[in-house]
Amino acid sequence: MNLKGKAHKFGDDINTDYIISGRHKFKTLDMKELAKYVMEDLDPDFYSKVSPGDMIVAGRNFGCGSSREQAPLAIINANISAVVAKSFARIFYRNCINTGLPLIECDTDQIDPGDEINIDLQKGVLHNATKGIDIPITPLPEVMLKILSDGGLVEHFRKYGTFNFD
Amino acid sequence: MGKTIAEKILSNKSGRDVKANDIVVADLDFIMGQDGTSPLAIRAFKEMEAKRVFDPSRVAMVIDHSAPSPLQGVSELHHQMREFADEQGICFYDIGDGVCHQLVPEQGHVVPGDLVIGADSHTCTYGAINVFSTGVGSTDLAAGIISGKLWFKVPETFKFVVNGKLPAGVFSKDLILYLIGDVTADGATYMAAEYVGSAIEDLSVEARFTISNMAIEMGAKCGLMEADDKTIEWVKQHSKREFTPVSADPDAVYARVKEYDVSNLEPQVASPHTVDNVSAVSAVAGTPIQQGVLGTCTNGRLEDLRIAAGILKGRKIARGTRLVVAPASRSIYLQAIREGLIETFVEAGAAVVTPGCGPCVGTHNGVPSDGENVISTANRNFKGRMGNNKAFIYLASPATVAASMLTGRITDPREYIN
Ligand code: SF4
Repeated sequence: MNLKGKAHKFGDDINTDYIISGRHKFKTLDMKELAKYVMEDLDPDFYSKVSPGDMIVAGRNFGCGSSREQAPLAIINANISAVVAKSFARIFYRNCINTGLPLIECDTDQIDPGDEINIDLQKGVLHNATKGIDIPITPLPEVMLKILSDGGLVEHFRKYGTFNFD
Repeated sequence: MGKTIAEKILSNKSGRDVKANDIVVADLDFIMGQDGTSPLAIRAFKEMEAKRVFDPSRVAMVIDHSAPSPLQGVSELHHQMREFADEQGICFYDIGDGVCHQLVPEQGHVVPGDLVIGADSHTCTYGAINVFSTGVGSTDLAAGIISGKLWFKVPETFKFVVNGKLPAGVFSKDLILYLIGDVTADGATYMAAEYVGSAIEDLSVEARFTISNMAIEMGAKCGLMEADDKTIEWVKQHSKREFTPVSADPDAVYARVKEYDVSNLEPQVASPHTVDNVSAVSAVAGTPIQQGVLGTCTNGRLEDLRIAAGILKGRKIARGTRLVVAPASRSIYLQAIREGLIETFVEAGAAVVTPGCGPCVGTHNGVPSDGENVISTANRNFKGRMGNNKAFIYLASPATVAASMLTGRITDPREYIN
């Protein structure tokens, strides 16, 4: 799985209310509609700035706050290919794997807004093309790779009817 | 090698001898979803091509976040939940029954030693009665209700030893705000928190729920406490289920241990826009307030209502302020009516709304206007949390909220408590 796009940079502790506000998420299950409001409270024009494949790049504790799965789903539907951060909040982390949104944990200080990023998930390499540097990334546990490679937990269950990590 | 509470419960439920960082698939004792997360879970359930939930008596859905429905879109989602609940015969709580995290323990669904998931981040609340309970998203919820299982990474544990005696006017909410301010919003990420010590033992079970409820605000996966005599008595009053409490071994291995003495703790306030932006009330006293909120899964219990009513009784909230009160459940509401607490609130000038989440999450019931300051007993003060990203939310105990409503400014409640 190769991902390619430019970086949209945010800070530490980006919570799920910022990713998709409660005032929108309770209204509908239409994720294409919700996608328009991603990061709205931090950057009202965010949705219109994203080109398909772009990445959200952030600091520590990305996705803290509520368990709303609308957060990763809205990010996916805003055409973001991956979230790259120094660390992630736990529930958000699970939700991303379950819904098929790749997460990359690495030092993001060497990524600036607009940098062109290439990621090879299998090899576990993030390349900052603008700066011409490789940044090491923390590998995902096997269970998560299995769910991601099945295409998310829904597909995993369609295939096996229950959890199957053997 | 000894085990923590988290390691023991996950060992018991996976049938394996596990330690921190192992990955297990474990049996679930109870599974809960609310109206913000269940509709997506129902959709995932169908996409997974499942027909029945694994055990209807171990599954609950609760309509509490937008209750009653403020919008047609929400009404349609509520309708899907009611239909699913009927078809599957699961436990179901409709508008006015209360907040999910009050109902699950109050209605006796969970007991010490259980492993529980809920599609709501504050599912960690039941750790106060020795339950390993943690928040998940909708797809995990769907997988859980189909299979009765979920995979977990066994967390390391961060042990908080809290000794001393809380002074008058200082409550469990102040204690947990203080701890979060100290270790920060990601101080316990991926970890289980264990809260022990004489200050915890002193607290009622109701007051302990407030602490475990906010474990997630330090990033923790669950907020565990040992079951003592108070816990056992409380659980027996609420549940008919048999149970075996789980305690940590004396030689259990902890990732971190921090000790505190709270004998001189002041009332605490979390200022906008992060929960770990905590200071003593004296540092923010005098800040003008337009709206107060008394309720939520953090502080909407009977004890909380009693404390606030004790301060508001015979007084009126300040001109230019408004107070929204949302009891955490129907039974709390009823008891508050019987005790005259509701009369006190209404006479003081408060608006009492349906038991449930109230204005906590910005869907209805009191969205602030631009530039307004709100003081709330809830657990989150994120920008936009209450539905307006130009408002400012302060978090405090029921006593501090009540005292601040009387003056229209953030006020030390000890001025009203003798
Ligand atoms: S009261 Fe607030 S924090 Fe608690 S479950 Fe409801 S919305 Fe979430």
